[in-house]
Amino acid sequence: MDGIHDLGGMQGFGAVTHSPAEPAFQHRWQAVSRALMLVVTGTVEASGGEFRHSIERMEPGHYLTSGYYEHWLTAAATLAVEHGLVTRADLEERAGGRFPLSGPVLAPPIVDPGEGVSEPRFQVGDRVLVREWHAAGHTRCPRYIRGKAGVVVRLDGTHSLPDVEAHCAARRYEPTYSVRFDAADLWRDGQRGVAVHVDLWDSYLE
Amino acid sequence: MSEGSHHPAAVSPIERRVAALEALLTERGLVPDGFIEEITRRYESEIGPMNGAKVVARAWVDQAYKERLLTDGTAAIAELGFGGAEGDHMVVVENTPTVHNVIVCTLCSCYPWPVLGLPPAWYKDPPYRARMVREPRTVLAEMGCELPSDAEIRVWDSSAEVRYLVLPERPSGTEGLTEAELAGLVTRDSMIGVGRL
Repeated sequence: MDGIHDLGGMQGFGAVTHSPAEPAFQHRWQAVSRALMLVVTGTVEASGGEFRHSIERMEPGHYLTSGYYEHWLTAAATLAVEHGLVTRADLEERAGGRFPLSGPVLAPPIVDPGEGVSEPRFQVGDRVLVREWHAAGHTRCPRYIRGKAGVVVRLDGTHSLPDVEAHCAARRYEPTYSVRFDAADLWRDGQRGVAVHVDLWDSYLE
Repeated sequence: MSEGSHHPAAVSPIERRVAALEALLTERGLVPDGFIEEITRRYESEIGPMNGAKVVARAWVDQAYKERLLTDGTAAIAELGFGGAEGDHMVVVENTPTVHNVIVCTLCSCYPWPVLGLPPAWYKDPPYRARMVREPRTVLAEMGCELPSDAEIRVWDSSAEVRYLVLPERPSGTEGLTEAELAGLVTRDSMIGVGRL
């Protein structure tokens, strides 16, 4: 989905609030969120794609104004409700108030994962074009490179296609490639001497 | 209220929500005893940038190791005992006087946990994720990472299964240091690529 999570290239966020070092968890609830995320995804056997998509479906305002651990908590609670471990009413009663969950899955379930790709179509040095495609469900093809041309710099073997695994019990395996884009080809104001590399599944390329 | 008593810190809405989910999952028998404490302990004391620093220091003192690290990062990092979730497909990118590498995840917060631990807040927040692929030279300068104006910047967006680690340049004047002393010089930021040593 063309969601709020797909941030690459967006403007107006201001400076990075940098800290040179920080503890893994600044509050106990953050460590608990981390643990509960592992409990829920393990119990419901959520794929990485399904888990990431449960964060991507957060209400955009909530996504932008909450941190990483709150994203994990919201995703864990959403998956727990969707898989029948708990109900939203249970959560809100215990929390003594509103418990925001992620929005519904917009893409239909996938029954047939489709044919996998075992042999890479491209080799290092090949020029490739990213498909201009707007999936209704989960994808790992960022908006900022769609329709752009780049050059393959590395082959990384075959991996489960997130677009399928987020919405299907079965898996489809395809090669992934690291593709180099010149900043000047991505942005009208692209900076000189900058290359951006994005790792892409075979399906994302024309 | 008795004299000298303290007002307890107010419980925030997020803490109440976390406690609610924790209680419900615990009642259903889904949270193993001690699991939360174990997760906390691992990420607070075992997994963090001190692991990546050992990898970098080894590469600085052992040319053959460095070659293995740049050829097959996952296997070379496993030689030092590090691996696991978010570190199964490691690629190490080397900084040189003319090439500077920096890692980002624009779609979420992918990060090489076994060697760097959980990512810092700013790595996961919108400004870094939005800007690093569009104006890295500006963002790096703002973060205090000064580069020669003709240095090539290579940004790596961790959008699939590979997780990246930057191999920073060994600082000059460190010839006499031991491997352990060198590891002590390596910062988290230098291995993300937002700092230099």
